[in-house]
Amino acid sequence: MTIAVDPGQAPRRRVLLGWGAAGACALLTLRPLSAQTTSAPTTPEAAALRAAVLAWTGGVTPRQGRLEIDIAPLVENGNSVPVALSMPSPMTAEDHVTAIALFNERNPQREVAVFHFTPRSGLAQVATRIRLATSQTLTAVARTSEGAFWSRDVEVIVTLAACIES
Amino acid sequence: MRSAGTWSLALVCAAAAVAQTASPPRRTGFDDMTPALQAMQRDDTRNPAMLWVAEGERLWDAPAGAAGRSCAQCHGPAPASMRGVAARYPAFDELLARPLTLAQRIAQCRQRHQRAEPLPAEGEAALGLLAYVARQSRGLPIAPPDDARLKPWADRGQRLFAQRIGQLDLACAHCHDQRAGLRLGATPIPQGHPTGYPLYRLEWQGLGSLPRRIRNCMTGVRAEPYPADADEAVALELHLMTRAAGLGIDAPAVRP
Amino acid sequence: MARTLIHVPERARAGEVVELRVTIAHPMETGYRSDNEGRPVPRDILRRFSCRCDGELVFSAELFPAVAAYPYFAFHVRATRSASLSFTWEGDQGFAQTETRALVVA
Repeated sequence: MTIAVDPGQAPRRRVLLGWGAAGACALLTLRPLSAQTTSAPTTPEAAALRAAVLAWTGGVTPRQGRLEIDIAPLVENGNSVPVALSMPSPMTAEDHVTAIALFNERNPQREVAVFHFTPRSGLAQVATRIRLATSQTLTAVARTSEGAFWSRDVEVIVTLAACIES
Repeated sequence: MRSAGTWSLALVCAAAAVAQTASPPRRTGFDDMTPALQAMQRDDTRNPAMLWVAEGERLWDAPAGAAGRSCAQCHGPAPASMRGVAARYPAFDELLARPLTLAQRIAQCRQRHQRAEPLPAEGEAALGLLAYVARQSRGLPIAPPDDARLKPWADRGQRLFAQRIGQLDLACAHCHDQRAGLRLGATPIPQGHPTGYPLYRLEWQGLGSLPRRIRNCMTGVRAEPYPADADEAVALELHLMTRAAGLGIDAPAVRP
Repeated sequence: MARTLIHVPERARAGEVVELRVTIAHPMETGYRSDNEGRPVPRDILRRFSCRCDGELVFSAELFPAVAAYPYFAFHVRATRSASLSFTWEGDQGFAQTETRALVVA
């Protein structure tokens, strides 16, 4: 099943991979074709997300790219959502990723987690499971030992369970 | 005598009638999940339910109760002695002259042979033991015992499955037989085969049992859930396992 | 002591980058929920995780309530020689727990 967003909307496009393509990979990958953070935030939540990112970078606007977010575009339950973050890097003392921070748009607070790497990590990669209160944008930001900041946005749709406990 | 053509036509019509009433292929909750959650379940280093299995493994070897006896002292290593057990429960208990679910069987063992205090059914310890024992049947087909004494209970479970309940006046069968594969809200309706219990349900943010899941369903249709260990709950579990006969156990599972 | 699941490869070659996976049994109570009587349930989360190799920091994480219950991390370490890996979790209510595992490099 493939759903393409009407190209008349926004600079963003999304393609959902069908469940049948599952054999190849454990996680469905979303790659937005263009960035959102360089344009003006359109909602208070988006503005707060941008402010949280800038607070972490010390006011530096990150460049889009290099950093990858692996997360299913459609999630059955927001209580535990697998997500993987990775950034290619030689991970040497002279040139390595020092941290990757993950922020969200619509949870009660913006921060999700901050992951710190050392050259000893070998790879600037981490997988974890996070909570998503509702469908929203996630922004990951990476900082390198040279002081550069890279970021990536992804949109996730979160569906709610139909039969709840009480 | 009728012509060959008429007989052929009759056969074709009969075949078509049978095909229309034949059941759709069976799907488990695992089949209905997204690849990300399937990956979480499949990998023991990622499946949070394995925390409970580890606890169960520890409890298996721990002396308990006034008898100071561990499960291992009677049963030996669980991978050997418990293999296939979860696949053939609920089973008839001679002493109580009624079927017991696997969770009830473990509780009976604790009481009779370890002379230990009962554990809360949805607590860490009871679920740990249940998850550990169920894990030993992973991959094996569900195989309800061929025991005539179970039949009245299984029949009752089948009637309960088809009985309208609650303010929404729905039977299990309305969703899980007639509308399985369709969606309730955005959620695909499963056929409701209990292949993975006890399981880590994301909605619970924890591990839980089949009776707990059934209570959720009953609350969902605004019916009064069966009390724990009620005859109805046992009958329904027996029916569900009978209905799922042949499907592989994938306990302890992950479900949304 | 919370239950943990820790996966370290059985052995690694010198210089190989290997993946470690850890899970800890902690409910990560967000502080944003209310109980059935409407009273707020106070926050009780893990706030920090770190992994050290022979005492040297390899990887660490700052956790917020948006990290899911039973926190799970998969990360990497470059194996150089056989060493002791330590995994430490710290959080609210004075929570502190360290587990160690051997990393065999052959």
